[in-house]
Amino acid sequence: MLRRLYCPMTTALTHLKELEAESIHIMREVVAEFQNPVMLFSTGKDSAVMLRLAMKAFHPGRVPFPLLHIDTTWDFKEVYAQRDQLAKKHNLNVLVHTNWDAIKAGINPFDSGSVKYTHNMNLQGLLQALKKHQFDAAFGGARREEEKSRAKERIFSFRDKHYQWDPKNQRPELWNLYNGRINKGESIRVFPLSNWTELDIWQYIYLENIPLCELYFARPRPVVRREQQLIYVNDERYPLKPGEKPEIKKVRFRTLGCYPLTGAIESDADTLPKIIEEMLLFRNSERSGRAIDHDEQGSMEQKKREGYF
Amino acid sequence: MTASLEPLQEDILSYLQRNQKKEMLRFLTCGSVDDGKSTLIGRLLHDTKMIYEDQLAAIKRDSVKHGTTGGEVDLALLTDGLKAEREQGITIDVAYRFFSTDKRKFIIADTPGHEQYTRNMATGASMCQLAIILVDARHGILPQTRRHSFICSLLGISHLVVAINKMDLAGYSQERFNEICRAYSDFAAKLDIRDVHFIPISALKGDNVVELSANMPWYHGVTLLNHLETVHIAADRNLADFRFPVQLVQRPNLDFRGFAGTIASGVVKKGDAILVLPSGKKSRVKSLVTFEGELAEAWCPMPITITLTDEIDISRGDMLVHPESAPHFGHDFKATIVWLNEKPLDVTAGYLIKQTTRTCPGEITLHHGIDVNTLEEKPLPTLHLNEVGVCSISLTQPIAFDNYRKNHATGSFIIIDRLTSNTVGMGMIIGPEDNKGPVDPWTPAPALAENRPHSQITPALRRQRLGQQPVTLLLTGLTGSGKATIAYALEKALFDQGRLISVLHGQELRRGITSDLGFSADDRSENLRRIAEVARILNDAGLICVCALLAPHVAVREKVRRLIGPERFLEIYLSAPVEVCAQRDRSGLYKLAAAGQVKALPGVNTRYEPPEKPDLVLPTHEINVDESVKRIIQLLEDRGLIGEITPQI
Repeated sequence: MLRRLYCPMTTALTHLKELEAESIHIMREVVAEFQNPVMLFSTGKDSAVMLRLAMKAFHPGRVPFPLLHIDTTWDFKEVYAQRDQLAKKHNLNVLVHTNWDAIKAGINPFDSGSVKYTHNMNLQGLLQALKKHQFDAAFGGARREEEKSRAKERIFSFRDKHYQWDPKNQRPELWNLYNGRINKGESIRVFPLSNWTELDIWQYIYLENIPLCELYFARPRPVVRREQQLIYVNDERYPLKPGEKPEIKKVRFRTLGCYPLTGAIESDADTLPKIIEEMLLFRNSERSGRAIDHDEQGSMEQKKREGYF
Repeated sequence: MTASLEPLQEDILSYLQRNQKKEMLRFLTCGSVDDGKSTLIGRLLHDTKMIYEDQLAAIKRDSVKHGTTGGEVDLALLTDGLKAEREQGITIDVAYRFFSTDKRKFIIADTPGHEQYTRNMATGASMCQLAIILVDARHGILPQTRRHSFICSLLGISHLVVAINKMDLAGYSQERFNEICRAYSDFAAKLDIRDVHFIPISALKGDNVVELSANMPWYHGVTLLNHLETVHIAADRNLADFRFPVQLVQRPNLDFRGFAGTIASGVVKKGDAILVLPSGKKSRVKSLVTFEGELAEAWCPMPITITLTDEIDISRGDMLVHPESAPHFGHDFKATIVWLNEKPLDVTAGYLIKQTTRTCPGEITLHHGIDVNTLEEKPLPTLHLNEVGVCSISLTQPIAFDNYRKNHATGSFIIIDRLTSNTVGMGMIIGPEDNKGPVDPWTPAPALAENRPHSQITPALRRQRLGQQPVTLLLTGLTGSGKATIAYALEKALFDQGRLISVLHGQELRRGITSDLGFSADDRSENLRRIAEVARILNDAGLICVCALLAPHVAVREKVRRLIGPERFLEIYLSAPVEVCAQRDRSGLYKLAAAGQVKALPGVNTRYEPPEKPDLVLPTHEINVDESVKRIIQLLEDRGLIGEITPQI
């Protein structure tokens, strides 16, 4: 009987490799057990990591599910460019969905208020797309570390027929044995990056040399000040005040949302190491740049109950 | 020592270099609300600078509103999650927290310590390598301390830290600390935990958590954080036994056929001899494929895609192993189960068992319960939520498995309710069934000698003579769904075509061959086994056999399929709902059941499990007998079981 003896130290995985292994395992389980999975895709840093992990999980095959971009029509033009470039380069099936009903009804980021706007363009848009394509599993890039109510989220998060989340009625999740059985009409959200932190994401992007949307890097960009936020005037649709002229400032973004609602930060970080360095110095949660969570305490939890990721 | 603190004192590139090579440690914190568990986690996060300024500002604000520290920053608030829970002032689920230091990345599974939450703790513990058991220095070892320790031991956590908290309220007394250590050690001797470590702390004041305490100069050990950073975990993994459960078959093009999965344990090299379970086929590793290129060797828990030198039929749920260290293989095993659902274990119901990447129906027999406070065996009729018991599991398909202690990945399973699809239990495999127990009559007897006298007439000769393929049709459905009526009508129709056919009607057989049996789950199983044996004999003789049987349990029907042979077994489900069946019932059973005189009528007061993938569904509440017969004959023709050739009788 031959027993292989190995020195445990040389076979230890680094934390990034271990996180990667866990995420790949999750993605493969979903593809094996679900009929019609989809991956939400925003071109943000978490999306970028998720895409790389999917490419690894199904190598040498192509990514076996479509990517879904919920397009509010107010995304940064850099986001559209990045999306199209990646789709072409990796032969991805990218689906784009917009809630045109809401746009026709006059919903816009300036007059509707951020709660109503997000509800219609992001949440309703997402639910429309899930329903239209009958997806039974949707990958999202959310991480447990991001926000308090996410800390208790399962990796397989069950949603009822109305895509709603009931925190009291989630299945226990044991070992890496995910229970993928659902009843007709039900679906799951899957969070393969659950156990990654913001620092893990950045280190992985750096280590793997993952292409990242231009907006994360500091560049001179035309901005205006709105309340506490610097807003990048991304196209001619942005309403300027009478006589107002955007200033050119060297800014970058820590999260990507709709451009009229996403605050930029002034920065000199124009390379990945500099961005990471800046991140380590900043001691503010990453979502604080987004208007969406500011409206009420516990708002993320409320949104999740309604069907948000 | 601490965190990603001041990276700017060094070059960012060397910081990145250094921090790419951390190990990860997942640990669990166990204790009740009053043990100061939330405060300890808050302290770890705060002192390793893992709290962002806006989060700190938010808890400072909340400390005034919800806090219990009289205005001081209440670190416990950091670990609160859901709104309603926050208002109740308790955490009621597993929550995950993250922090890291220069040495390791940590994931904390934060679980509550109430009596009724064994479920949550077991859930959290399943992913952890280490557990911190919090003990209030004033109260010492409580029943829940024992319970938490037992669950850790059950889940195979090999490293335990007993953190004796609130030392500030016990006068930082060395005597008190020693007393608790002794009491705990006495109890822990009964547990199967290799490494137990004691640390006196005050989470509130910060003593011995991240910084060594000036208040306890008598303590010469390391701080809690230091212990977490240095405890040796690499040897916990099983690197000896290669186990590779196949997740997916990758066929991107005609030239590539690979098996994707996560290495559950062990090491694999290019060229290694491979045994495939359950097929028993052998081959060699041709390549270990990853996105980064081919590897010469790979080990757990790496995700890889394996190609083999031979074309072997392999699918999801199969396992690749080294032939010289093969796992146990079989249908039956013994396991410890923790029940996780409000609805108690129903031993008459079938469940689905998911182990590695394989999910299949199985039956659970409970032997005895285990008292989580005393670790003693106790008789239990069934398992309720949060109860633990030792069971026998009998699956419809054989699986490859190991003892959980030896291999967590191949020794663990979850139990899924077929109706709700919910995860209702978790199990840790003890090992194969020992042979001392009663032999399952379904298990085929060992084969007889090759040269024994045997039939000269081959199945092909019979086929030629009779112009039909022998097959068993199982008509299953509720009482009153029309099983016997359709069976006899089908018999007539096929007989008129010149086929040889026989009906086995459950009710009739109970007057003879199974007259000694009742209606318990065991008796129903034995009833079906005998009928299946008869059907097999009829099939062997070349006859078509129609079985009209209630057969309420999936697991038992699966055994029938196996006994008769899956290639000559068709399952036909008569799907009339119970209301319709009750209405047209001639047996009077539904009335008796309604009156409480019949206790186990499937569909009324015990479970009927509809087939998952029947070969045919007959909605007998919508179609008549003739149409049903027509559809069955169509099915036989479609499957090529009754051909055009004229019988030669």
